[in-house]
Amino acid sequence: MKRARVRVTILGVTVQVDEAAQRTAGQTEEGTGVVAPSRDNSPAVAEPKVFRRRSGRTIAGVAGGVADHLGVDVLWVRAAFAVLAALGGAGAVAYGLLWVFVPQAPADAGEPVSTKERQQAFGLVALGIGLAVAVGTLSGYVSGWVAGGLAVTMVGAVVVWREADESQRRRWRAGARSGVLGGGGRGALVRVLTGAALVTTGIAVFLAPGVKLDQIQFALLAVLAALVGVAVLTVPWWLRMVRDLGEERRARIRTEERAEIAAHLHDSVLQTLALIQKQSETPREVQRLARGQERQLRGWLYGPAGYGARVSSGGVKPAPGQPQVIVTSTLSEAVARVSGEVEDSFAIKVQHVVVGDCEVDEKLAALVQATREATVNAAKHAGVGEVSVYAEVEPEQVSVFVRDRGRGFDPDGVSPDRHGLAGSIRGRMERNGGEVRLRTALGEGTEVGLTMPRASVTRRTKEQA
Amino acid sequence: MSDSETQSGPQSGARRPVRVFLVDDHALFRAGVRTELDSLTDEVEVVGEAGTVGEAVAGIGHHKPDVVLLDVHMPDGGGAEVLRRSRPDHPEITFLALSVSDAAEDVIAVIRAGARGYVTKTISSQELVRAVVRVSDGDAVFSPRLAGFVLDAFADRPGAAPISDPELDLLTPRERDVLRLLARGYAYKEIASELFISVKTVETHVSSVLRKTQLSNRYELSRWASDRRLV
Repeated sequence: MKRARVRVTILGVTVQVDEAAQRTAGQTEEGTGVVAPSRDNSPAVAEPKVFRRRSGRTIAGVAGGVADHLGVDVLWVRAAFAVLAALGGAGAVAYGLLWVFVPQAPADAGEPVSTKERQQAFGLVALGIGLAVAVGTLSGYVSGWVAGGLAVTMVGAVVVWREADESQRRRWRAGARSGVLGGGGRGALVRVLTGAALVTTGIAVFLAPGVKLDQIQFALLAVLAALVGVAVLTVPWWLRMVRDLGEERRARIRTEERAEIAAHLHDSVLQTLALIQKQSETPREVQRLARGQERQLRGWLYGPAGYGARVSSGGVKPAPGQPQVIVTSTLSEAVARVSGEVEDSFAIKVQHVVVGDCEVDEKLAALVQATREATVNAAKHAGVGEVSVYAEVEPEQVSVFVRDRGRGFDPDGVSPDRHGLAGSIRGRMERNGGEVRLRTALGEGTEVGLTMPRASVTRRTKEQA
Repeated sequence: MSDSETQSGPQSGARRPVRVFLVDDHALFRAGVRTELDSLTDEVEVVGEAGTVGEAVAGIGHHKPDVVLLDVHMPDGGGAEVLRRSRPDHPEITFLALSVSDAAEDVIAVIRAGARGYVTKTISSQELVRAVVRVSDGDAVFSPRLAGFVLDAFADRPGAAPISDPELDLLTPRERDVLRLLARGYAYKEIASELFISVKTVETHVSSVLRKTQLSNRYELSRWASDRRLV
């Protein structure tokens, strides 16, 4: 009779919960990406439906999680559990089952909990236990001994289970390691042992009502011996399981890694190779494609947002398919971008080297534009395949040198209708307080030196090369 | 085989070809470099090649070349591993790193492992020959990118770690000038005329910078070098 009621109750909760979860799932699919960012570990919306709360929990966050999904105040859910606990412990059993089957919320919602709510919660927990024991004892269904034993066992179980939750969270924070203890140190060990002792005591009390103290001792020792025996006998099996788990996890990571690389190579390199085969009659176009692809692949492998950087820093990878937005805000990035653009448009090689780095302000933006103009000039007129761009950030100024070994020119002989050097470079630099030095002669190549004093001396140390 | 001939110093009067050993895990690339070097000039002679770290160590011990052209990225530890295993037995052999990567970690790691220079694979064949001859003469070869990295590593920035050994941890103003011009794409001869010094002096400065790059405890240098070993 009582069993049936328990099951109905649990089913009732579960059914309701499922409906609520489906409702939210539907909403999320309509407004994609609204919910997903807050739960970055869950790949899809549909899979996990209810989450136990991580902050603001009293025991395991079950009531909070259920309340979140039913859209009611957590106080009512707690009260319901407490009242149900009076009905032959149904509430406690339901709570335990939900604890086991409902996963923790992977990300912390971080809602602060008032002291009042906390006190209320503890009060309700005490009330639930009290009611359960009282009703049980009064109805004569369970004796005091049994109720006491049950209570002790439950408290022990709660302690150990909380520790398991705790270790799962530590694992999320720190990566690897499994098991109940999961790197929690001595405190965790003490808590787990205490919990285990409580459970053992509870069971012993439950099993031996009315026996003498030395018999309890004997029973405890027997249980302990049995546990130790089981633990020792199953050591190889445990070890193998742990190892297999680790192995499987590594294999999965490798597979994902390979899939990501394959996807990237397919999207970029294979496409470019196909294009190159089509364009094989025009060497200029082939060169342009090859250079562009090389630059892109390099950026992906070694760049600040690239694959290599993510691997070496151990950082979280953005989900595949998510575009990586790179904001061009430092001088080295700006120079690299400008060099890339000129390479793309003129099918030449621009070798750029940047020493030091800083934020690009208005003056430096003008400098970068002038650099671009000088590089374009070199690409157009020098008649060589390679241009060197060198930028150095010094405390007081930023200098840029754009150099080619091309045909050079006679600065006095430039026809007045060509404004590239005069307007785009000299004008732009001088308006911002910078300087242009030009060194060229027919047949000796050209070097344009640009210097721009720095407005602020807030120097940004380079994070990476 | 040519390894029976007696080892003479690289700067013997009538210049014999520089004997080069190729180490790269891409057979296609090895074949390309071999063809280029053999057809282009008599100054360089390819005596052998290897595709793995183990083969390379054995081949270098067997052929005793003047210069080893060394790929940075290979399975089983790459160029740095070849350097670690070959250099103690053959200190007279010089290594020139030749890689498609121009990431600071790769460049600095292989330089600190003992390479006399670093060039990227997009270098023209003539320049590659020049670089090989230069390192075989005991000089260092800095690509503009490498010069940039070194300038960056030796820069005085606020909050940098204190200098423990000024002899190794600081560049002289002249060395800095030379590096700047290298980073700007100048050839040694052009640097010499720009700074009104001899080419020999430029070479001395570059070698000194190389020594500092290899031995200094500057934070960036050791960090770049150790980063690569983790991957």
